[in-house]
Amino acid sequence: MSGNDGARPVTSAEVQTVVAARRLRAARTVFIGVGRPSTAAILARMVHNPALVLVYESGTIGAKPTRIPLSIGDGELAQTADLVVSVPEMFNYWIGPGRIDVAFLGAAQVDRFANLNSTVIGDYDAPRTRLPGAGGAPEIAASCGEVVIVAPHSPRTFVQRLDFLTTVGHGEGPGSRERLGFRGAGPTAVITDLGVLEPDPHTQELVLTQLHAGVAVEQARAATGWELRVAEAPRVTEPPTADELAALRELVSR
Amino acid sequence: MAEMLPLADAVDALVRDGDGVALEGFTHLIPFAAGHELLRQGRRELELIRMTPDLLYDQLIGMGAARKLVFAYGGNPGVGSLHRFRDAVEHGWPRPLELEEHSHAGMANRYAAGAADLPFAVLRGYAGTDLAERTNVAWVACPFTGERLAAVPALRPDVAIVHAQEADSGGNVQLWGIPGVQKEAVLAASRSLVTVERIVDVLAPRPGGVVIPGWAIDAVALAPGGSRPSYSLGITERDNDFYRAWDEVGRDRDAFRAWMDAHVLAGAAA
Repeated sequence: MSGNDGARPVTSAEVQTVVAARRLRAARTVFIGVGRPSTAAILARMVHNPALVLVYESGTIGAKPTRIPLSIGDGELAQTADLVVSVPEMFNYWIGPGRIDVAFLGAAQVDRFANLNSTVIGDYDAPRTRLPGAGGAPEIAASCGEVVIVAPHSPRTFVQRLDFLTTVGHGEGPGSRERLGFRGAGPTAVITDLGVLEPDPHTQELVLTQLHAGVAVEQARAATGWELRVAEAPRVTEPPTADELAALRELVSR
Repeated sequence: MAEMLPLADAVDALVRDGDGVALEGFTHLIPFAAGHELLRQGRRELELIRMTPDLLYDQLIGMGAARKLVFAYGGNPGVGSLHRFRDAVEHGWPRPLELEEHSHAGMANRYAAGAADLPFAVLRGYAGTDLAERTNVAWVACPFTGERLAAVPALRPDVAIVHAQEADSGGNVQLWGIPGVQKEAVLAASRSLVTVERIVDVLAPRPGGVVIPGWAIDAVALAPGGSRPSYSLGITERDNDFYRAWDEVGRDRDAFRAWMDAHVLAGAAA
């Protein structure tokens, strides 16, 4: 049974966060931005992996936040970090050489090879929606040991064709990353509020391999803008345990 | 040698219309007071440079002070969009904004090359992205191994403006906490201004402290609280409520202009 502190039902956002946190059980280091990935990484330190080193793009390495930071530069991150480095050092000494095991990334658009768009919706020169831009994502995705993408499952996000390729995941499929000289393995999972997609080991196309409890395959198909491939027998997400849920809710309430 | 000047005099002396101006700060020590002084003095046609344009650049862009933006990530961290930046790019309001965008790694290395007085920097980056076709990047072969690498031109702002916790009376500056690219920006720029929270007799060494000697800076201006609503670690706190509230203010052209009139332009130095 899923844990439940009182009568409050578990939300899909909570499941997504808990599943993302579980990915960090064995990681030594994780690179995170703000939002759900940050919450997941702090949760992972609380319940799975107390030694996990949180690395924020602002230059704080080994930050130990007790609350969910609003920005990657909140004071608590710097005050609790093992070391605080400049931006050139962060990219040239820590990210570029592949010293970070896992990177959590989000995006406005994801395609079937887990490539990401965070630049524009529409035409670059006359965009319908101007998004924030690349930030650190291209080099983070190229160099970190692996990439885990955390995104809401909708046809607006999971698109047939990106409006702009900001960050290479698996490019055009097998061999793309090698040709580009990337060091990291690239995306290994896309965690959504409906389930988990993982690249096929041969074609590297994303395949639905896991569904959260109560979600039907058809729901995931309908929320994906391309003909979604589905594993023969998708796993069902183990519901959040009482410990996971209590820790997450306590963290969010701080 | 850094001249100790009132903020208005320092901005007047160092920044000209049309300059490439980098007001740096990576989510910390953002020089809001100096940026607002640029607006009060009516600086125009600026090429604004910054890794992470946030609220201050949203304000400068929304007031029409910028001709061009050189950047890597333009957002309100943890909140969402910069609506004035979006309005300028999507609708040309109040004027069109030319963009030159990079990745963080690219911008950081461009500053570092500028600080080193090298013509360009090399990095593993941009490969396979659409960004590569839209920005100022080239490809070079490593002369030793043949590896294909990205080359980005050195960034040399006309003026760098940064905020720090302390200066001594000789204009030596120390900042601590998240250091961003402030030191690189100051050393890459032709002219530089550092605003500080306080002037002290002697700079006491701080863990992780970054010291920039006064002889490498043009002007130091006292501006207590000058990074608000950003923060100066150990002295002021980040005003997260303001960052959240800005979403509403920045969303509407009239509300934005009214806010700027009341809180920035009305504060003109006597």
